[in-house]
Amino acid sequence: MTPTDNETGRDTGPDTGPETTIQGEYDVDTIHVAPAIELRGISKAFGPVQANKDISIHVAKGTIHGIIGENGAGKSTLMSILYGFYKADAGEILISGKPVTIPDSQAAIAAGIGMVFQHFKLVENFSVLENVVLGAESGALLAPSLSKARRELTSLAKEYELNIDPDALIQDIGVGMQQRVEILKALYRRADILILDEPTGVLTPSEADQLFRILRRLKEEGKTIILITHKLREIMETTDTVSVMRRGEMTATVKTAETSPEELAELMVGRKVLLRVDKTPAKPGPTVLEVRDLNVTDAQGVQRVKGISFDIHAGEVLGIAGVAGNGQSELLEVLGGYETATGTVTVNGEQIDLTGAKSDARSRRERGIAHVPEDRQREGLIMDFHAWENAAFGYHHDEAYRSGLLMNNKAIWQDTEGKMERFDVRPPDPRLAAKNFSGGNQQKIVLAREIERNPELLLIGQPTRGVDIGAIEFIHQQIIALRDQGKAILLVSVELEEILALSDRIAVMFDGQIMGERMASETDERELGLLMAGVTDEKGAA
Amino acid sequence: MDFLTLIQVLDSTIRLALPLLLACLAGLFSERAGIFDIGLEGKMLFAAFFSAAVAAMTGSVWLGLLAGIAASMVLSGIHGLASITFRGNQLISGVAINFLAAGLTVLIAQDWFQQGGRTPSLMGAGRFNPVTLPGALTKTVEIKEASAPMQLYSELLSGHSILVYLGLLCVPLTWWVLFRTRFGLRLRAVGENPAAVDTAGISVVRLRFAAVAICGLLCGIAGAYLSTALQAGFVKDMSAGRGFIALAALIFAKWRPWHALYACLLFGFLQALALRPDLITNLTGMTVQVQLLDALPYILTVVILAGFVGKAIPPRAGGEPYVKER
Amino acid sequence: MDVMPKWAEVVLVPLISLLLAAILSALVILAIGENPWEALKLMVSGALGSTYGWGYTLYYATNFIFTGLAVAVAFHARLFNIGGEGQAALGGLGVGLVCLYIPWPHWSLALLGATLGAALFGAAWAAIPAYLQAKRGSHIVITTIMFNFIAAALLNYVLVNLLRPVGAMDPATARFAESTHLPNLADILGTFGIPFSKAAPANVTFFVAIAACIAVWMLIWRTRLGYEIRSYGHSEPAAKYAGISPVKITMVAMLISGGLAGLMAINNVMGEAERLILNSVEGAGFIGIAVALMGRSHPFGVFLAAILFGFLYQGGAELALWTSIPRELIVVIQALVILFTGALDNMVRMPLERIFLAARKRG
Repeated sequence: MTPTDNETGRDTGPDTGPETTIQGEYDVDTIHVAPAIELRGISKAFGPVQANKDISIHVAKGTIHGIIGENGAGKSTLMSILYGFYKADAGEILISGKPVTIPDSQAAIAAGIGMVFQHFKLVENFSVLENVVLGAESGALLAPSLSKARRELTSLAKEYELNIDPDALIQDIGVGMQQRVEILKALYRRADILILDEPTGVLTPSEADQLFRILRRLKEEGKTIILITHKLREIMETTDTVSVMRRGEMTATVKTAETSPEELAELMVGRKVLLRVDKTPAKPGPTVLEVRDLNVTDAQGVQRVKGISFDIHAGEVLGIAGVAGNGQSELLEVLGGYETATGTVTVNGEQIDLTGAKSDARSRRERGIAHVPEDRQREGLIMDFHAWENAAFGYHHDEAYRSGLLMNNKAIWQDTEGKMERFDVRPPDPRLAAKNFSGGNQQKIVLAREIERNPELLLIGQPTRGVDIGAIEFIHQQIIALRDQGKAILLVSVELEEILALSDRIAVMFDGQIMGERMASETDERELGLLMAGVTDEKGAA
Repeated sequence: MDFLTLIQVLDSTIRLALPLLLACLAGLFSERAGIFDIGLEGKMLFAAFFSAAVAAMTGSVWLGLLAGIAASMVLSGIHGLASITFRGNQLISGVAINFLAAGLTVLIAQDWFQQGGRTPSLMGAGRFNPVTLPGALTKTVEIKEASAPMQLYSELLSGHSILVYLGLLCVPLTWWVLFRTRFGLRLRAVGENPAAVDTAGISVVRLRFAAVAICGLLCGIAGAYLSTALQAGFVKDMSAGRGFIALAALIFAKWRPWHALYACLLFGFLQALALRPDLITNLTGMTVQVQLLDALPYILTVVILAGFVGKAIPPRAGGEPYVKER
Repeated sequence: MDVMPKWAEVVLVPLISLLLAAILSALVILAIGENPWEALKLMVSGALGSTYGWGYTLYYATNFIFTGLAVAVAFHARLFNIGGEGQAALGGLGVGLVCLYIPWPHWSLALLGATLGAALFGAAWAAIPAYLQAKRGSHIVITTIMFNFIAAALLNYVLVNLLRPVGAMDPATARFAESTHLPNLADILGTFGIPFSKAAPANVTFFVAIAACIAVWMLIWRTRLGYEIRSYGHSEPAAKYAGISPVKITMVAMLISGGLAGLMAINNVMGEAERLILNSVEGAGFIGIAVALMGRSHPFGVFLAAILFGFLYQGGAELALWTSIPRELIVVIQALVILFTGALDNMVRMPLERIFLAARKRG
């Protein structure tokens, strides 16, 4: 099947049934026999990097199939090939038993594939209706297309329980709703196969549960669903079969009912993994950080942090759990010195400025606050700078790194060599640009820079996002070692598992507030999950 | 100031606003699709020369118009190649196009006509001549004697070239295309979030090239108007910064068609006043420097840009080349 | 890994771009019925064949070094300063005021004073767009274009209404006093016994321009301020994270940029015309864009590119004198250089990267 064959199929649009879009391509028998999707020997290389190696997989019609793997395992590349973003170097794609070529997204849509991306592809200042119609209009004039889509949307909403206001602007609705629009977009285009890439990253546990209910409903209606995730829990709860990817290869495909999270984790990593970090109980000292009634309002006038208060003691890790976008980033930005706020914050008893000239990141560093930011590629490093230039980033005014108005490049260079050795950065070449290191090694450069300042307080956001397993263990050890030196650590992570493994105390943020605080040893994922969803507890916030 | 003088000033306002309006709408199409274009100036100039040159050689202003449009679209093609195909810097490409037009027009004019970088004066069918609306008076003496509504009709509404009426028609047309058609929806979408368009199975490249081509078309008409209707022939640098004023009007209008018309009329009015400094002196008793009137559109734009008159938010994906994300 | 070695990035890409621009220029000359080879020979002999030619080439190059550095410094902070033209015009006003109203005892002191005046006025003219960008988010490209027009109107007003000597017809100031006249290259080289054309306008400002190149190099690659400017230029969020103030860097980079553009005036206003005339900048501010792009925003690259454009300018003038090719040929070449080195960069880079990738796979 070629895309041109399907032009007419797509353009006749929602009026025709799902089967008619690929009408004549298979007979009645194969509907029940042939898998919805079959991949044979898919390979794809980016320069010297082999992202996908000889991947074969088949997904039965009317099932939910999970694909699990670490960051960089090649999951997204594989799905991008299926959606026409990349052309595979080798291999075959079969939809319902018939080979197809998918040179672009249009062909993918024509083949009945719908995709819900991790970052939604919506036009912010368009209405829900306009977003659904975009690219699937029924004619050159807009009005008939829109009224037709409106009717169609109403019936889809009824059929799949996907209620939504068609006239709401995307920028005015929440992420859960936006995701619903993406699903509706796919259904409106008569997708039989729905691919969801890390769909729960931005959702609360209860929103995620709702999503899974929708997915099961879609399955009942005969749709085939591919769920890409790195969260074992989601795989175990929702999928029928699961494939595991590691370093570009498909290491196994198993029935979900016949496997266990431990087995999947081992398959993902290639060896037994310690999901726990070895650490002794914390010995909290005096209070280092004291936050009282902190409020943050962003440039758009939205209040992101709503009057939160908490303490961190010396020799203690406080973990902030929560779904992304609930005020954790703003909290880090305020403490790191690049967002203004109201309230009071003291470090070792001395108040720090939250607005004005002395509230910048440089002043924070001078007060002994080090910061490993959530997004190292956007904030923590200058990707085009050499490693040695990055090693002084933020500390370039330091006595040791300067001589008068000039930079002391030689001193910085030597210091970088030492850091690279101590933090096992590979390759240990200070001249290499930051962009040429792997994610784990980039993070080690940032970590070395911040930890070796011997700070009173370390702010650390998403310490292991996009980092390979080997480096994760190393990074976790470094954080615990700093704690054991009697330093205070504020850890922000959206990975509950990481929060539980590293923290001594855990505070949960939801909608800019702290919903509750727990000792790490006295809580579990279930309880934290409820707090993350905004279910208040009687003990109240600190 | 008597009524007729006012009408006359407004008449030249329309005359002078028209090239601004066409260029402004050209920019609107391009920028709504996410392609910044500071090369409006160059495209107008290029079109002005080729219109006048072909009109002079063939004696047909319509052939001239076609040549002007074609020339402008060639430059649009270069801009598209640089900013869409090769994902280059759109601002730098625009700067290059302005210089290319400034240099090539004189170079070719000198080669073809040997008149120091200008074309021969256009006469008769080589120009767009005024269209007299039915019943309108044409003689100055008659108009002076006529009633106020008749003066308005004859002096202000009648007597423009066909391109003026065409240009004014472009405003509702642009609005309709942008907000009432499939193409318009996609065009606006690609300027806001090209990834949404791409994943919906529409070619971002084709859509943006279409927008850039429309931009070239409208700039072509604007340029032709300059040399074959407003004036009778091409002279060096005759666009005289109009492309930049159009850009200013576009920002002033916040990328909306009807507001573009109002902004261009305002800037046209300022230009018309600059031609009649005596009027202001008579009216206010103060001498207003011509230089101040010249600079006023630019000063206004800066004030608008500074956000003192409401914030102008450009299309979100404007200026950024689209690269597919993994 | 980077696909291309550094030398290819720094030397090969600009050279190929330049070659493409040259080929197209040759085609243009051919199209208007002239012989490109003859034209080139005429340009070389006119611009480099005599000390007179060299004097003009270096004079123009001096202008372009200043405006090229101005654009380059702003580029490092990822700011596109198209306002060099207006800033240089205002720099001219600064020089004019300093030279007209202060009685200087010696040219060297006058040069110092004029340098200060030129830089101050140029920087001041860049300050408003910079402030609007930093504080109000107004697009600096549009505001600097607008400020070019406003500068032209302002200068027109000042020259016609305020600085024009009583009774004079043309909009220009009176001649500057004898004590402010800068020694030209003939004077300087003469002290070493080297003969040089006395008629050519190249003057001591050329050495100021070279000093500016070195200063900018130091600033960008050796000082903490330069480090901050480059950091901000690469990533604004990262700069904020590191405690680098976007407002401060935007202001400082644009002030330096405007100051450098303004400095051009000591060459053309003080060194050559010895009075302030209307439109004294003659497009040099815009050529700065081409020079900075071709020089990859590196002071040494800017220096070389400025010499090249100086050669083109003088050679073009000779062409206009002896053939029917108008001076506007230079504008076309300038446009092509901007197009190929700036906007169509990827057209050259992408095939080159493919070649290097293939070569590495084989190697």
